[in-house]
Amino acid sequence: SITGACRAIQKLTRVRVVDNSALGNTPYHRPPKCIHVYNKTGVGKVGDRILLAIKGEKKKALIVGHKMPGPTMTPRFDSNNVVLVEDNGNPVGTRIKTPIPYILRQRGEFSKVFAIARNFV
Amino acid sequence: RVSSDGKPEKFQPPPKPVIIDKQKQKEERRFLSPEFIPPRGRTDPLKFYIERKDMIQRRRVFNIPEFYVGHVLAVTTADPHANEKTSRFVGICIQRGGKGLGATFVLRNVIEDQGVEICYELYNPRIQAIEVLKLEKRLDDNLMYLRDALPEYSTFDVNMKPVSRLDHEEVPVNKLQVRMKPKPWSKRWERPKYNIKGIKFELPESKMKAAQKWSQPWLEFDMLREYDTSKLEDKIWREVREGLKN
Repeated sequence: SITGACRAIQKLTRVRVVDNSALGNTPYHRPPKCIHVYNKTGVGKVGDRILLAIKGEKKKALIVGHKMPGPTMTPRFDSNNVVLVEDNGNPVGTRIKTPIPYILRQRGEFSKVFAIARNFV
Repeated sequence: RVSSDGKPEKFQPPPKPVIIDKQKQKEERRFLSPEFIPPRGRTDPLKFYIERKDMIQRRRVFNIPEFYVGHVLAVTTADPHANEKTSRFVGICIQRGGKGLGATFVLRNVIEDQGVEICYELYNPRIQAIEVLKLEKRLDDNLMYLRDALPEYSTFDVNMKPVSRLDHEEVPVNKLQVRMKPKPWSKRWERPKYNIKGIKFELPESKMKAAQKWSQPWLEFDMLREYDTSKLEDKIWREVREGLKN
């Protein structure tokens, strides 16, 4: 079954990997799930780092958009989007087609993720 | 004048001139933005009066066009993190909420197969321009069901050209019936509580009948829920027009 409410990202939320990395795009019989949020509260918003379980492996990722409405003038996406990232902050993929919110620049030092993004909102 | 018979023709009076008073035609269409109308409650009207003064002040400096739910708008905002410090978003207005200075409207668009919604505040000083690209009202006041409709109904070209329109014409109503994705939806739109007329329900008759079980037909006859705003609207419209004339 598909859960409806609490649309920010917490443990065991299914996420959608948005970049063109091999790990994110090869099909697997289980969707990628969040197992830990690197945050004081367990709730992940845009710009937070999370630990993802994909294809039986653990991988860190960055949240680039969620279904929960945030502050006014910020975009709200129809799916929980995530970009795979190494431990040092380098993105795994080489291109991001889906739109990325501008607010991400303020939160954290993810300039490399920004550099590979194509559309901004 | 003599007709072909040789007898004088019956006197035909000249046609009366038809005077089209263009100013009168323009005045007949009045539009008051819904955030000016104060909600029903026990607050002092002085608070709404002061808020209205601030709203009129902002409208004098920055033009907020007349728009309804269902219009396609392009909004440019000032953003410190953007490339040229401005960001432009095009989308269909699905909801207008809030009263007074906190009035908001939500724009929705589908970019690169990803649905994006942004809730803008009408009186936020960060907004630099609001352009109406396409004028059309829809059958409902609230188009939240577009989230569960097929994405083609929410996609609008970012470089769309504004559709031209004459000022005194009525705002056209688009009687489009939208097709939905398969259930489950975020809300049960077939229930009479939402009173949606703009969806083409392809559900079986039994489901539609079962949804009518939740109808509350006594609500429209409830006298305590009546809120007649015509006199208030009149007064406020006059006030706003006086304020914007200067």
